[in-house]
Amino acid sequence: MRALERKMLRDLRRIWAQALAIALVLGCGVMVLVGAQATQATLVATQAAYYERHRFADIFAGATRAPADIVQAARLIPGVAQAEGRISFQAVLDIEGMAEPATGRILSLPATGPELNLPLLRVGRLPDPDHADEVALSEPFAEIHGLTPGAQFRGVLNGQLRELTVTGWVLSPEFIYTMPPGAIMPDDRRHGVIWMNAAAAAAAMDMSGAVNDIALRLTRDADERAVIAALDQLLDPYGGTGAHGRDRQVSHAFLDGELSQLGAMSTYLPPIFLIVAAFLVNMVLGRLIALERAQIGLMKALGYGRREIAGHYLMLAGLIGALGVVLGWGFGWWIAQAMIGLYGDFFRFPFIIRDWGGQALVVSAVLGMVTVALGGLRAVWASLKLPPAEAMQPPAPPRFSRGLADRALTRFRLRQTTMMIFRSILRWPGRAAITLFGVAASVGVLVMSYFIFDAVERLGDSVFQEANRQHVTLMLSNPQTDRALQDARALPGVLRSEGVYVAPVRAAHGHRDRLTALQGHYPGVELARLVDDAGRVVTLPRDGVVLPEMLARALDIRVGQTLTLEMLSAPRITLHLPVVEIIAQGMGQEAHIAAEALFAAMDSAPQVNMIHLAVQSDRMADLNAAIKTTPAVGGLLDWAEVRRQFDATLSDNLLTMVGIYTLIGVLIAIGVVYNAARIQLAERSYELASLRVLGFSRAEVGYVLVGEIMLLTLIAIPLGWLLGYGLAQGLVDAMSTDMFQIPFHITRRTFALAALAVFLAALGSVLMVRRRLDRVDLATALKARE
Amino acid sequence: MSGEARSLPVFRAENVTRVYRTGLVEVWALRGVDLSLSEGEMVVLLGASGSGKSTLVNILGGLDLPSSGRVFFRDQDLSCASDRQLTAFRRDHVGFVFQFYNLVPSLTARENIALVTEIARNPMTPEEALERVGLAHRMDHFPAELSGGEQQRVAIARAIAKRPDVLLCDEPTGALDSKTGVQVLEALYEVNRDLGTATVLITHNAGIQRIAHRVVVLADGRITKDEANAARVLPSEVSW
Repeated sequence: MRALERKMLRDLRRIWAQALAIALVLGCGVMVLVGAQATQATLVATQAAYYERHRFADIFAGATRAPADIVQAARLIPGVAQAEGRISFQAVLDIEGMAEPATGRILSLPATGPELNLPLLRVGRLPDPDHADEVALSEPFAEIHGLTPGAQFRGVLNGQLRELTVTGWVLSPEFIYTMPPGAIMPDDRRHGVIWMNAAAAAAAMDMSGAVNDIALRLTRDADERAVIAALDQLLDPYGGTGAHGRDRQVSHAFLDGELSQLGAMSTYLPPIFLIVAAFLVNMVLGRLIALERAQIGLMKALGYGRREIAGHYLMLAGLIGALGVVLGWGFGWWIAQAMIGLYGDFFRFPFIIRDWGGQALVVSAVLGMVTVALGGLRAVWASLKLPPAEAMQPPAPPRFSRGLADRALTRFRLRQTTMMIFRSILRWPGRAAITLFGVAASVGVLVMSYFIFDAVERLGDSVFQEANRQHVTLMLSNPQTDRALQDARALPGVLRSEGVYVAPVRAAHGHRDRLTALQGHYPGVELARLVDDAGRVVTLPRDGVVLPEMLARALDIRVGQTLTLEMLSAPRITLHLPVVEIIAQGMGQEAHIAAEALFAAMDSAPQVNMIHLAVQSDRMADLNAAIKTTPAVGGLLDWAEVRRQFDATLSDNLLTMVGIYTLIGVLIAIGVVYNAARIQLAERSYELASLRVLGFSRAEVGYVLVGEIMLLTLIAIPLGWLLGYGLAQGLVDAMSTDMFQIPFHITRRTFALAALAVFLAALGSVLMVRRRLDRVDLATALKARE
Repeated sequence: MSGEARSLPVFRAENVTRVYRTGLVEVWALRGVDLSLSEGEMVVLLGASGSGKSTLVNILGGLDLPSSGRVFFRDQDLSCASDRQLTAFRRDHVGFVFQFYNLVPSLTARENIALVTEIARNPMTPEEALERVGLAHRMDHFPAELSGGEQQRVAIARAIAKRPDVLLCDEPTGALDSKTGVQVLEALYEVNRDLGTATVLITHNAGIQRIAHRVVVLADGRITKDEANAARVLPSEVSW
């Protein structure tokens, strides 16, 4: 090994703590990029493979009752590769060990075996065509309730109580995300999918020779819109509820939303980290090499050429960079594992197709190495320009002068040690700015991370405390007159009942259209109110409709313009109504209208198909028992349970993510502050030792070092808040899908927590460096100038 | 200065040794030194490089501890003092002047002195200290704006501003030319004369010895000569 190489390794060992701090900051940037990309790439690849292998359909449509041979006609639509018809209906289930009723979506399995949306058998077998009471269950639901093959449960099918026997557990690409009707979060305990023989399903639902659910798979070059239009036309006489593509299929839409949010995070966040890391590494490494100035002079004096010296330091920088990249890859891999595991469980993928996002590996490595090389080169170059004799001398003492700020400071009659702090900041504003920027960046990252909690909490409050104050919502199998409200009030424990009418509609404006629902609101409701994101209760106008912002944007419609609403259930009429108000509603998808206006337009007596109940808390059991035997009820939502699910799902996913980002924020703070303090110490050890000689105590001398950095930290905190505010806003924009918009709301708690975490990290780091002051040998520190 | 003033010892060193260990090598910087210093006395420590002058002064000034032997400042035993006690000792009793001035570059001349007067018990004002070394007109200048001689005089002003009991000067003229060096010596001489501050002055410049009351010569960690100056001269009469 050449002497120069040996020197490099020893240098590296000498500065190992600083090198590690730099590598960690760089590693964070690399980690986020690699971790997010690998997670995203893996989930997208897995989703694609799952869809392909299990022939997930492209087009879905529902109808009231269509003849089975309509499937043949659908197959003839140009662009259709495969078509399948089946029977699909909701049922209330009575599961042992569960006080409240569960709901199930029952699907018929063709006797010849399904062609599309192939169920994947995980346990047991599919139902035997000769046994009408046999069913297969979706795995998550069966697993939670321990419904192993052979187990039995009861369900109300078309008003009849039936005993069903489990034969096996199934996963399906159609139900990666299983949502109970009317719910906003998946709920595997209270909602399951049930596969039943076609003949048995037809018998149960009086649907012999008929289907009410059609799925199509398209050819590669098919025109989706044209196929949807043709299918709609085909189903129109049979009560078609509007064909749609995968984008409106609940499971796919949520999965896609999730993946595109992940994608947004993997494209939005990593560059921020990498830029911050690059900047810091560049500057810190620059300072580190600047301290080597005398050695660079010596090497030149000994006859080493510029190229050799530059190469030497670039190699040192390169080693630190490589360490950072490798650490980043390692942590990125670990994070990807954790995230993929989390999402894999959440989505119930039967298998995982790993994709390491090779591009991200290369990009992060290149960026990491370029970053350190630039930092190293800049500093080496400055030293190389000096003649050797000058380079070997200690740098000239810094010149201080009395600027305006300095004169102002003098007026405050500060202690001299405090003046030293201020002068040092004013003398090297660039260096102070780096520390400031680095600390502000870590505060910003934390504000952005914690903001996600705020947003979710705000969302929860809005959905559960302001809008939906009912305890239970009943979904009726068929619309009823408002007499049903009185019947509901007679159920055990019910204190109040309010009805609402929800109809599937195709909303259109110009050439844009969207499948959604129209909600008819009765006046004077107190339980389920229409509330905007600010918590304001929206009063419905006598005429016209109220739209949530996202729907209005999707339809490109403004207040005063006319919206076309094609009702996809009886009486299947088309309404033309003015848009009266557009409201900000993060999760709002539906159009709203006053019930009176709706039924006037429908020319019908008032009806309800959903009933919200306020229930005495100690009578829930009785109510549940009663509902299990009430045929008119097709499903129900227990809002306390929905809230629990909401919190549990989000806290699982969020805690991991927020934990990771907190770690990163704190690491950046430590990396920046530790290095800033070490550089300070190296450059000012002489000065600080002089103070000790003059009789200043360790604490007093430490004050100069700690004070400067903590002062910068304190100034950086409000800047970090601003930065975090901007980052959070960017995140909201990046992560909003047309299904869901994150409310932009940051609490004081978030600002305080972010500031506290960074403050403590900074204080810990600088105190670690301060301890080195104790080890400075005063006698030698004074003699040895550099 | 009078003989009776010199009779009270400020410092008493008894059989002081100092050994530095670096790896396997032992360096004996001091090999049993006995020395006492009286109130108001000015002593010049002479010796070649590596003779132990600086080590002795560092131990007297509480910057270092002896490996064996005892050092007293009045009746306080410095040889077993804690870091806290040594800090207090330096703060209250000792003024240091170094070859390279050791001024804080970010503080003006006046502020460098205020640095000390802010923590001292009975200091003079920074202006008064600067007046004594003839630099009142330069008090708002930063070190980088002062010549080497001026910087060293600021350092002296900073050392005396706390009215120390003893002034320890390690090669104060080492980095200066003869003319500037004389100005610095004059400042030290006047402080010793007017304030009665006991002063130890390290030099390897034999010409300077004539301004002291007493000359102590060190060689190889031992005192080889310790004698009073029969006839002192003024700094202005010294040249090198």
